[in-house]
Amino acid sequence: MDNKNSIFRFLIPSKGYNILFYLAIPIVIMALYLTFIWSPVERTMGEVQKIFYFHVGSAWNAFFAFFVVLVFSILYLVKRKRIYDIIAGVSAEIGVVFTAIVLATGPIWAHSAWNTWWTWEPRLTTTLILFFIYIAYIMIRNMEGEWQKKARLASVFGIIGFINVPIVFMAVRWWETNLHPVVLGDGNEQSGGGLEPSMLFTLLFTVATMTLVYFLFLRKGIYIEQLRLETSKLKAKWQEKEINREAS
Amino acid sequence: MRYFITPALLIALKDLYSEWRTRQVVVTMLIFSALVIVTFSFAFDPTRQAVEALIPGMIWVITVFAGILGLNRSFLSEQKQDQLHGMIVAPADPASIYLGKVIANYVFVFVVQAISIPLLLILFDFQVPGDYGWFLLILFLGTFGFICVGTLLSAVSIQSKSSEMLLPVLLFPLVTPIVIAAVEATRIVLAQDASISEAFSWMQLIVVYDLVFFVAGFLLFEYVLEV
Amino acid sequence: MIETNGLSKTIGEKTIVRPINVSFQGAETVAILGPNGAGKSTFLNMIAGLIKPTSGLISFHGNALKKDDYTLKEKIGFLSHQSFLYDYFTPIENLIFFGRMYKVENVRERAKQLIDEVGLKLFQNEPVRSFSRGMLQRLAIARALIHNPEYLLLDEPHTGLDQQAVSILNEVIKARQKEGVTVLMVTHDFQQVTDTCTRALIMRNGRLVDDLSISELGQDTLDSRYQAVVKSS
Ligand SMILES: Nc1ncnc2c1ncn2[C@@H]1O[C@H](COP(=O)(O)OP(=O)(O)O)[C@@H](O)[C@H]1O
Ligand SMILES: [Mg+2]
Repeated sequence: MDNKNSIFRFLIPSKGYNILFYLAIPIVIMALYLTFIWSPVERTMGEVQKIFYFHVGSAWNAFFAFFVVLVFSILYLVKRKRIYDIIAGVSAEIGVVFTAIVLATGPIWAHSAWNTWWTWEPRLTTTLILFFIYIAYIMIRNMEGEWQKKARLASVFGIIGFINVPIVFMAVRWWETNLHPVVLGDGNEQSGGGLEPSMLFTLLFTVATMTLVYFLFLRKGIYIEQLRLETSKLKAKWQEKEINREAS
Repeated sequence: MRYFITPALLIALKDLYSEWRTRQVVVTMLIFSALVIVTFSFAFDPTRQAVEALIPGMIWVITVFAGILGLNRSFLSEQKQDQLHGMIVAPADPASIYLGKVIANYVFVFVVQAISIPLLLILFDFQVPGDYGWFLLILFLGTFGFICVGTLLSAVSIQSKSSEMLLPVLLFPLVTPIVIAAVEATRIVLAQDASISEAFSWMQLIVVYDLVFFVAGFLLFEYVLEV
Repeated sequence: MIETNGLSKTIGEKTIVRPINVSFQGAETVAILGPNGAGKSTFLNMIAGLIKPTSGLISFHGNALKKDDYTLKEKIGFLSHQSFLYDYFTPIENLIFFGRMYKVENVRERAKQLIDEVGLKLFQNEPVRSFSRGMLQRLAIARALIHNPEYLLLDEPHTGLDQQAVSILNEVIKARQKEGVTVLMVTHDFQQVTDTCTRALIMRNGRLVDDLSISELGQDTLDSRYQAVVKSS
């Protein structure tokens, strides 16, 4: 009976998820409207500038996702609850997706702004290294062996991977200033101070929307992981039953 | 202390003695670094102008790649008969095993550097301008940080069947700050018009990195070894 | 006195040791019996402090074993499936390394004496890598004894040993018994159990299913008791 309950629990999406989901639909449409129709077209760069909203939104979310990995890695090492490990793992995967978006949109932006596909701009470079760090994190998670071992090792890596981020950023920034001091100044202007109020509003709105989407993904990812777990448990139970029946 | 420094030194000495007996790891690392030097000199025509730009990078390429060879081996020898467990019941604090391994791995890389870097400088006919002291300090700090992270991650990767492939993938992204900072600092102190003060901020960065990851390794190693 | 309280271990989805409550008094020599995969090694490893229990407590003389309680851990001698020995070192070097880790005084003498005791004197300066399984096992036993432990945990100590080595091992165990050492021994050799042990635990599927006193049993009865307990489901 207990067992059945737990299956049904996972088959029905939770109320929280539904609320989040139906809230997300109008907000995403709103964000798209703000980005593509409402916000003004940038003077020098034109339509391409609109990619900026997604670029920044993804970057923020990637960092946030990896911060969640850090928090739940620590929690796992302290409490040893499987759910913490699942959350860390799902968050890392979403983070890698967002990082990939940043890395894909960055060159498009760079091409229009500076007429070059790739710049060793500190934020972009740090994101690239982040991408590699969390690919490595996912590789640890895909190691062979029992989940406790993988969770333990991944947690250790999730912690040192994140504390490495500010150091990487500092190193890349200093290194980059030595290489091309001019581009950095440009970059600063275009992503900060000189933003029109309507653009700033759109930016903030998109970032918030993407954060909401992050939580949707997270919830969905955890749900899928739990289903997978439940399936493998049922399988194991069924196998055991078969073995016992054959034995008797 | 009794359960901490002593076991660490014993483990380090044990590794050094074992290496002295077999000479497997360091010799392989040395041959590898010699090959790197030769390959580089074919790949980049070492005219006087290029050499100055090339040397700092080569020093750290040798350190990092030869270091990875050694790190891959570091815990392999403790796995065949579960010797790590033998140390834990002995009883040694996991952090002291980490410390012992860091010391041993550092010494291996140091030996490789002590031979291959002079060789590199001679083959490329490069005079270190000014003070050796700063250069050696940067070498020490950078290598130490690399070994700190490397030892921790080597203990992580060894728990996978494909540990040789996993270690570089885990290690390289994490040591980028060290590689950047160490190469830049080395470039500054090896330049003809070396002005040491420019290298200070890089060295600070390396010191911060060393401290952060030494402490992290110290605290997290017990979770890596746990069963 | 060693006591376990609800000691259990789960690896992956599999519960390997289900909560075990048992206590061992003073100079007992306890055999832990059971089919392969019963969880005997895991149980012993947890007592040795090598495997972190999923739940439960282990206490020695009423003090719970904590991970940084080194003075307590120092009193345990542990022989595992694995020898813990280094291939490239000679028996002497191996024992000296572990002896120093245990902070044994006069390590060299102690190592030589133990090598004598387990009958490896002729090979004491040869690297271990050329040793046969039985020779390795002899040396591994010496390694577990190097610091005169108060608690001796032996996981299948008889595997690979020849007749002579088995009687040496029995002598060693009996000598330790007299000194008041608690010995826990996983084994499949019923002859040795009746010869040296005072008590036997039988494990099956991670459970402790029987706990008997040897002195009250002949060999036939131990055998039949074991068969009965292990076969029943
Ligand atoms: N690290 C591990 N990962 C997965 N399963 C394990 C691990 N260690 C032991 N087991 C399983 O636990 C069970 C009991 O193992 P063990 O304690 O070695 O049994 P015994 O020593 O009684 O033969 C076995 O079925 C084994 O497959
Ligand atoms: Mg066993």
